[in-house]
Amino acid sequence: MVDLINTAGSSPAAAPMAPMPYRVTRRRHETHDTATITIAPVGEPVATPRPGQFHMLYAFGIGEVPISVSGLDREDGIEHTIRAVGLTTEALSGSSVGDIIGVRGPFGTVWDIDAARGDDVIVMAGGIGLAPLRPVIEHLLAHPGDHGSVNVLVGARSPAELVYADELAAIARRDDVHLAVTVDSSTPEWRGRVGVVTTVIDSARFDPGHTRAFVCGPEAMMRFGIRALLDRGVAPERIQLSAERNMACAVGHCGHCQYGPVLVCRDGAVFDYPRLAPLLGVREL
Amino acid sequence: MSTTEVRTAITAHQFFDGLGPDQLDTLATCGEPIEFRAGETLAREGQPAEQFYAVESGHLAIQIHVPQRGAVTVATVGPGEVLGWSWMLEPHRWHFDAVATETTRAVAFDAARLRFAMDDDDELNAALTRRVAAVMTRRLVAARLQLLDLYGAP
Repeated sequence: MVDLINTAGSSPAAAPMAPMPYRVTRRRHETHDTATITIAPVGEPVATPRPGQFHMLYAFGIGEVPISVSGLDREDGIEHTIRAVGLTTEALSGSSVGDIIGVRGPFGTVWDIDAARGDDVIVMAGGIGLAPLRPVIEHLLAHPGDHGSVNVLVGARSPAELVYADELAAIARRDDVHLAVTVDSSTPEWRGRVGVVTTVIDSARFDPGHTRAFVCGPEAMMRFGIRALLDRGVAPERIQLSAERNMACAVGHCGHCQYGPVLVCRDGAVFDYPRLAPLLGVREL
Repeated sequence: MSTTEVRTAITAHQFFDGLGPDQLDTLATCGEPIEFRAGETLAREGQPAEQFYAVESGHLAIQIHVPQRGAVTVATVGPGEVLGWSWMLEPHRWHFDAVATETTRAVAFDAARLRFAMDDDDELNAALTRRVAAVMTRRLVAARLQLLDLYGAP
C-alpha cells in the first residue's frame, strides 16, 4: 500500500507515488491569477531538480498537478510559478507562508543547456511558458562567457499579465542580452512592443547555423514560433520545446499524458523538436 | 545623410536583402534619413500615404483611435522592419495611425518617386511587391494569432 504522505522515512526515489511534505516559505504575487511559491522540505528533500523538470504538487484534500520548477538554487527552497486555472492550482497559487503541500519528483527531461555552450541562444516564451524557461535564463545570465549572443523573447497577453516583470526589467538593463518583450494587447501606458512573440524573432541577433533555441508556451504559439525559427535557418535538431499535457501519475503508468506514441511525463516534458514535429501537425491528438 | 549614406543604410536593412546594386542605387535616390521624437505622429488614418519607412533604430506603433479608449496600439515595428504598404496600393491612403514610441531613426522613401521607379523597372517592381506581400502576410498571421487570445485560460 502506498503512503498518502511520505512521513515514514522511505526515500522519495523508492516511493515515487508518495508526496514529501514541503512548507511554503515565500509567496510572490505575479499577476491577477498567478503566483510564485517557494517551498522547502519539512523532512527529507526530494532529489534536486534540473532546468526543465517538473514536480507533482499536492494540495492536500484537493488534488495534485504537475508544475514546472521555475527557480533553483534559492536559499529558502525551490520555486514554482502557478497559474490558477482550477481548484488545485487555485489552492496552490493561493497558499500562504507556512502552509504544507506535498511534492513528488522531480520528473521529466531537461533543457539541454550544455549543448548550447559556444552557440547563440534563443529563449522564446509565451505567457506562463516563461516559468519552465526561467532556470535556463538564469543559467545563461550567470555564465555570460559560455555562449554567443543570448536572445530572450517573451510574449504575454497584456502588460498586466507579464510574469517576472521586475526580473525582465533587470535583464533589459544588461547589454549582453537581447530582450524583446511583446504583448498581444496593449494599454495606453505600455511603451514596449505590441504583437505576437513569433514576430520578434526578427529583432534577435543570431547565426542560424550556430544557434540553439528553447521554446515554451501555448501549443499554437510554439508551432508558429518554431516555424519562424526554421524559416530563419535554425536546424530542427537545435530546437527544444516543452509540451504540456495532463500529467497525472508522472511515472508513465496511467497514460493520462499520452501524446500519440509519447508519454509526456516520462519522455518529456522537454523534447527535441524533431521528435514532436510529426505530432504537432496532428489535430486533436 | 547623402544618397551614399542612404544607400549604405538600406544595404544593411533586412527588408532589402537580395536586391541588386542597381536596384539599391535607384532606391537610394528615393529615400532620405529621418528621425522621429517619442510621441511624434508620422501617419494618420485616411491621409495620403506619401511615404514608406524602413526603420533603423527605435520603434513605431501602429494605432487605431477608438472612441472612449483613445489610441490603441495593435502592433509595433522595429529595426529591420518597414512601415507602410498603403503607398503601393491605391487609393494610397494610410489605414492606421503611426506614432514613434521612442526616438526612431528610419529611411523615409518618397512614395511617388518609388512608384515611378517601379513602373520604370519591372524587376524592381516585382522585388518590392514580393517583399511588401511578405510583410503583409506576416502581419496578417500575427493579427490572426492575436485574435486567438493564445494566453487565455485553457
